[in-house]
Amino acid sequence: MNDHPNPNHAETALIEMRDVTVATMRDSSFAVLENVDWKVTPGEFWLVAGQQHSGKSDLILLAAGLMPPARGEHTLFGKDPQSFGEQDLTQRLRVGVVLEASQLFSHLTIAENVALPLRYHKNLTEAGAADEVRSLLELMELAPLADITPANVPANWRRRAALARALILKPEMLLFDNPLAGLAARHVFWWTSFLDQLWHGHDFFGGRPITIAATSDDLRPWQNPRRKFALLNEKKFAPLGFWSDVESSGDPVVKELLAVHPETVT
Amino acid sequence: MAGFYLAGMRGIWSRTFELSNTQGFGRAPLPRSYTDYLGRKLFLFLLTVQGLGAFALITLGVILQKRGVARNVIGPRIRQETARAGVALLPMFSFVALALGFLVIGQTVSVLAKVGATNYLGSTMVIVIVRELGPLLAAFLVLARIGTAHVIELGTARAMGEIESLEALGIDPVHYLIVPRVIGMAAGVFTLTVFLVVGALASGYLFAFLQDVPLTPGDYFKEIINALGWLDFALLALKSLVVGFFIAIVTCYHGLAQPLRIEEVSRVTVRAVSQGIIVCVFIDALFIVLYLLV
Repeated sequence: MNDHPNPNHAETALIEMRDVTVATMRDSSFAVLENVDWKVTPGEFWLVAGQQHSGKSDLILLAAGLMPPARGEHTLFGKDPQSFGEQDLTQRLRVGVVLEASQLFSHLTIAENVALPLRYHKNLTEAGAADEVRSLLELMELAPLADITPANVPANWRRRAALARALILKPEMLLFDNPLAGLAARHVFWWTSFLDQLWHGHDFFGGRPITIAATSDDLRPWQNPRRKFALLNEKKFAPLGFWSDVESSGDPVVKELLAVHPETVT
Repeated sequence: MAGFYLAGMRGIWSRTFELSNTQGFGRAPLPRSYTDYLGRKLFLFLLTVQGLGAFALITLGVILQKRGVARNVIGPRIRQETARAGVALLPMFSFVALALGFLVIGQTVSVLAKVGATNYLGSTMVIVIVRELGPLLAAFLVLARIGTAHVIELGTARAMGEIESLEALGIDPVHYLIVPRVIGMAAGVFTLTVFLVVGALASGYLFAFLQDVPLTPGDYFKEIINALGWLDFALLALKSLVVGFFIAIVTCYHGLAQPLRIEEVSRVTVRAVSQGIIVCVFIDALFIVLYLLV
């Protein structure tokens, strides 16, 4: 494991947003966030917190290049993702995305879901991808669920399968939309520790640190002195700094996201 | 074609053939006059035609451009869809072929024999069964059995965010979800049309034979073969393939090409089936013109 996440390319932005307006997926004329300035550089772990309907999901979808900004400039690996074509597929595959509802393909089993991107992009048969998929499923304790379709798998494990699917292509950066929402305590612990391992460089992925950006509606599980935090509130993206800044913040929304007793909220 | 991926593709979709505009029309205040009403209907119709045309062209483009891409994933998907829209429907088509033969052909043969007009048997059978009833009935049945499933599956996948997942994984949703369905349905409608026509003609004679019609099997099939020309074979194949392609386009378009909520899936399914029937009849009419011209 690497204790210092990728300090060599600190100046290169993986994601950069300048004065971006984020609209919703369904209605491109309805802005949920305005004037967003955000830069994610290699080795960082960003946690963007916000209450419900604050624009967390849309921010992640936009950051991943899955929808265009309503206004402003957004780049992914230095390029406008709206101009990504076939020739930019390798760039596209440098980022993995895990959405809140897992969005596994209902007609495939867990193993087939995890294998799909590998098989599609490397043109592998089911047998050809089996070893790699099995290893990853075992790493993530998903092997017993390999042959079950998502509808028959508890939500805690579906989320984990979605992570496995995002990891199978060994991306450089992972984007998460509220990954801990609704998870049992045991799974929350597993996720935070596993994401920390990925951030610092997991042996399974060759020890290469993975840059991470996640959203959350609860700040408490994300306590870590080296993570960077930001807040989504009233259509604004406000960087908060590190955990010490979060703890000392007087913002009532931050306190709410820390589940501080209402009487102490100023 | 390069811009199909991910957000680029979404941008093209939203600009080109999403029904957001038509939904806007649907939400517009009630018309004040019949001309407003007709105008709105006309705009809706034109926007739908534009959307379907764009979707068909995009699908054709992806079929041609990505014919060798991810063969080990797309190949089995095409076989699976072909089996679903073809082999799996054989029992139902056997029943329909028997019914069609008994109810239509048998009676026609019997009446023609009674009035001594068996000379017209071949041309009547070719026009009624080979050119019209066979392809149209096959298309309607495949639309009802498989087309509805397409809309529901794709609409649900869209509503559940599975399309965004595919895009996030760098997988072209048109390539993975639409191309196998379109190829499978075109192949299925073609083979089932042939099966239905042959089955109906055979079972029709069986019914006539049971009615003691004075017509030998040799004469019956000779009349039909003499009435068939190369054009009938060529246009039957072309018609069934085109109808299968467009049924798949209509159903996939309604399932995939617009953002859906889960409660909208049933409404979209009904609309897709209605438009599928209209498309079948429209293509059928075009082929009638083609028959008359050639």
